[in-house]
Amino acid sequence: MKIVVCIKQVPDTKGGVKFNPDGTLDRAAMMTIMNPDDKAGLEAALRLKDQYGAEVTALTMGLPKAADVLREAIAMGADRGILVTDRVLGGADTWATSQTLAGALRNLEYDLIITGRQAIDGDTAQVGPQISEHLNIPVISYAQKLRIEGDSVVVERQFDDRYHVLKAKMPCLITALAELNEPRYMTPGGIFDACSAEITVWGRNDLKDVDDSNLGLKGSPTQIAKASDKVRKGVGEKVALDPAEAVDYIVGKLKEKHVI
Amino acid sequence: MNLEEYKGVYVFAQQVDNVMNGIAFELIGKGKDLAETLGTEVTAVLVGSDVRGLADELAEYGADKVIVVDDPELKEYRTEPYAHALASVIEKYKPEIFLVGATAIGRDLGPRVSARVHTGLTADCTQLEIGDYPMNPIPGREQKHNQLLMTRPAFGGNTIATIACPDFRPQMATVRPGVMQKRPKVEGAKANVEEFNPGFTPNGNYVEILEVVKAVTDTVDIMEAQILVSGGRGVGSAENFKLLDELAEVLGGTVSCSRAVVDAGWKPKDLQVGQTGKTVRPNVYFAIGISGAIQHLAGMEESDLIIAINKDETAPIFDVADYGIVGDLNKIVPALTEKLRAEAAVK
Repeated sequence: MKIVVCIKQVPDTKGGVKFNPDGTLDRAAMMTIMNPDDKAGLEAALRLKDQYGAEVTALTMGLPKAADVLREAIAMGADRGILVTDRVLGGADTWATSQTLAGALRNLEYDLIITGRQAIDGDTAQVGPQISEHLNIPVISYAQKLRIEGDSVVVERQFDDRYHVLKAKMPCLITALAELNEPRYMTPGGIFDACSAEITVWGRNDLKDVDDSNLGLKGSPTQIAKASDKVRKGVGEKVALDPAEAVDYIVGKLKEKHVI
Repeated sequence: MNLEEYKGVYVFAQQVDNVMNGIAFELIGKGKDLAETLGTEVTAVLVGSDVRGLADELAEYGADKVIVVDDPELKEYRTEPYAHALASVIEKYKPEIFLVGATAIGRDLGPRVSARVHTGLTADCTQLEIGDYPMNPIPGREQKHNQLLMTRPAFGGNTIATIACPDFRPQMATVRPGVMQKRPKVEGAKANVEEFNPGFTPNGNYVEILEVVKAVTDTVDIMEAQILVSGGRGVGSAENFKLLDELAEVLGGTVSCSRAVVDAGWKPKDLQVGQTGKTVRPNVYFAIGISGAIQHLAGMEESDLIIAINKDETAPIFDVADYGIVGDLNKIVPALTEKLRAEAAVK
């Protein structure tokens, strides 16, 4: 079985978020990590590899330094890493990003494509389903459990108040929730392999069956009209009181606001 | 693409088990605002099996027209037939704006549809308005009017961006539930209903549903609550949530929680507030033992009044709280419940 996992290098917004004194985001102070949902997707692929002997390819699009995230994937157990990087691909929205990744995937053999549900920087959850549309294969998003059954994949797909157990013929694309599993750590042997591993680097000309008009900033239907770091609501009152005083304080405020 | 051909504001009227989801009414409400500015109408697109009877409810919340796509293949939500339904509606009717709820269904459906019809899709919008793009005139560049300007948070709620889709139609957005206002219900309003069936022939992209498992839950919808008593990791245990249950009861409120509480297995996922949970904007939000991770704040900071109780005076929740109390929730919460009970008894 051949599995391609799409992963993204993202700024770490969890826990490591830093603000400037004016309330805006201090990007320089933030680390980059493998996007958590993608890491769960990679772990799912590696478990299938352990179980069925799959070949796992990690694919990413980004700046040259995104090769780091591929090395991390190899250190966890992926067989190889492919980086798609090219100046003309910059500024892509989800349409152009999914076109780019689909163009790379057309060069590869796959039974399963796994992406994370969404990246923590953009939070769109769009690229996975859009890739599946470009490749004309079924998509199952929000996977919380998955197994292989013959030439099909059986997935528990989460909804708000329920889940569906869905069966799709491969090839198929699955988007993974971070809840899917607990990703493994890199192994010392894996890290050693990752350091010496050759990362395949593809540019614009390596993408198959994609028109220039669908790539990069120019190929992006959505355009940013305005962007700003969110200035948070002003700090209110903060008091340290003993319990009885605290209760009087809260009740006073609730009365003042006509809640009670 | 001749942009001028595209007219009207369309919304996806999501139903599950033939019950309308509240997001449908919210989208109609916002759609009406946009349509009034543009001088056009709001059309709800109702997709399912045996769903015709729901059309009037959409009219009561303001839909001018309802397109019903009714087919047995659409009984349970599946990506492919639903994407085919919406893409076919878009090809036939050519709307200028198409809104979809940012629900688990909408966030799966929206990208597949937008990729099929080749247009842009802006995810998880919290604000929509009609305006110019570019927003300020730029010499030597055309400024387009009557564009949909879609505002959304990114970076876990740390930044906000306003997005336009000037050269493709429809302008598509998924809209975060609980943010847009629905219009007051007009009893007895009737919709102009049009049926449309593009034909559904299962192909390789149709997945098979082996089982539908509903979570057994009797919990209320936290997005509807006026008062939320929300607990975090600091509450300490599932059992200790009884302190919050009692406070909620005396206030006529509802208990909700942070992600840490769901991860610990203390409360079910549908009570979770935040980026990966629900967005709430109650009149009063009590944040009890919640440190206030950025993802949590993104889901509750629009609440009218935020009262935080936390023993850690450096907790980020205090940055958004109107009133913050540094102290021990185990002492303050029961005493507060008792005092409120006494107040109620006097009245």
